[in-house]
Amino acid sequence: MGPLTQVFKREFKSYFVSPIAYIVIAIFLLVAGWFFFSPFFLYNQASLRNFFTLLPMTFAFVVPAVTMRLLAEERNLGSHEILLTLPLTDKSVVIGKFLAALALVAVMLVPTLVYAATVALLGELDWGPVLGGYLGALLLASAFTALGLMASAMTRNQIIAFITAAAICFALTLLDRMLLFLPGGLISLLGFLGVESHFQNIARGVLDSRDVLYFGSVTFVGLYGAVLGIAER
Amino acid sequence: MIHAENLTKYYQGLCAVDQINFQVAKGEVLGFLGPNGAGKTTTLRMLTGFIKPSSGTIRVRDLDIREQSLEVRKLLGYLPESAPLYHDMLVYDYLDYVARVRRLEPASVLPRLRRLADLCGLGEIMHKPIGELSKGYKQRVGLAHAMMSDPEILVLDEPTSGLDPNQIAEIRDIIREIGRQKTVILSTHILSEVEATCDRMLIIHRGRIVADGDARTLRRSLGGEVVIRLVLGNLDPQALGTRFTALDGVLRQEILAGDGDGTVCVQLTCRPDLDLRAEIYRRIKETDWMLLELHRESQSLEHIFRELTQEN
Repeated sequence: MGPLTQVFKREFKSYFVSPIAYIVIAIFLLVAGWFFFSPFFLYNQASLRNFFTLLPMTFAFVVPAVTMRLLAEERNLGSHEILLTLPLTDKSVVIGKFLAALALVAVMLVPTLVYAATVALLGELDWGPVLGGYLGALLLASAFTALGLMASAMTRNQIIAFITAAAICFALTLLDRMLLFLPGGLISLLGFLGVESHFQNIARGVLDSRDVLYFGSVTFVGLYGAVLGIAER
Repeated sequence: MIHAENLTKYYQGLCAVDQINFQVAKGEVLGFLGPNGAGKTTTLRMLTGFIKPSSGTIRVRDLDIREQSLEVRKLLGYLPESAPLYHDMLVYDYLDYVARVRRLEPASVLPRLRRLADLCGLGEIMHKPIGELSKGYKQRVGLAHAMMSDPEILVLDEPTSGLDPNQIAEIRDIIREIGRQKTVILSTHILSEVEATCDRMLIIHRGRIVADGDARTLRRSLGGEVVIRLVLGNLDPQALGTRFTALDGVLRQEILAGDGDGTVCVQLTCRPDLDLRAEIYRRIKETDWMLLELHRESQSLEHIFRELTQEN
């Protein structure tokens, strides 16, 4: 196993040593569960549509909480001096940490499978959009995690890392709804930048290469920014 | 082993290290000495590849630090100042993690950890969280971490700062033990530390090297004075006369207050290049004085250090 795997393992384990992971997971489940189930019986539809509609907004706050410590804490403690003088590249540090955070978000999503099971018991559930929704959720999580990691690489203060990342993710989420107020020329460009429409496409079960490409690009930009961030010492 | 040429580092216009040149031979224990903020840490950080020099080159063996950073890092073990280790990990888990990042053979990890635990005295704390360790133990874990892959070069930044005298002695013993086979570079602002552990020292001030050599050469080449302190009994201070001052190499004689019980304390300031202790003893033997104490003080090095590194 290479050094990258070791960085991943260490980082993932350390989430569960401190209470962070449990708190974040609990809050996520509480918020997501409440907003999903409270109007669920009013709609009287056996689908997870509502859950996935709200997901980008929830992730915009939850994912930065997962990523904020990744690099900022190292910089603050000085332990990055050890990490970055071990024989491993900056790239593998960033990717190892990225995968650890992404894995935590995936773990966070696992309990929500109970929602799908519950809904399937109550009525005819169309599994296509559910699969699409979870795939979209992972792609969305990878984009937000990369952006959060970039924010964490820029500062030694975890709070600043959180606020910066949440602001970026929140702006990307709201962009689609703000298009109304923008001048015509910008709409097509900024329309592509918004997270919402890309995510909802996939969540509807339509897998378009443009949407996958979008999440791939955002992830790449975030990771690249994080590598540049830790190169600045 | 290590060649640094015209090494320079600017921090936002501020020059931290200014065109320094030095070489370290294989198996040498080299001490970087200087007041706080002189550029010691910056130099070590460039050496370990943590920061990149603004200009100049460092070659380790025949590897360039910019081009082959990863290869160089494999040869180096580095302990940064105050050992910033992950607080939430157990000592064992941490060392295991370092071993695996450094790609030790899986089968050799456990024996290696045992060996290091032995050398650094970590036996009892192996299963404690690093955050709960005392400073001395943390420093020892840091040393074990740096020695993990049995590197040829060890770089230690202020390995004994903030420790109590017992801990300092223990860490020094470990460093001396390692220094027998490995190249060790350490930084400190404590003089006695360099004298106790290093073969050679570089005194660095305001980013420049102001002296380079072992303690004895430095004393000789940079002047400085050696003080020999005598406590004599059974004599009248008036009787001293020129018995000592007539010796070649004695520059000054001071008579410090006796204790009133017939003892006299004499302080002789001598040239550093001659060892006058034997001659002084012979002079005393000619009389019926009693020699109660004879002590040579090596404070002169401290004097040199202050001379070289004082502002202005």
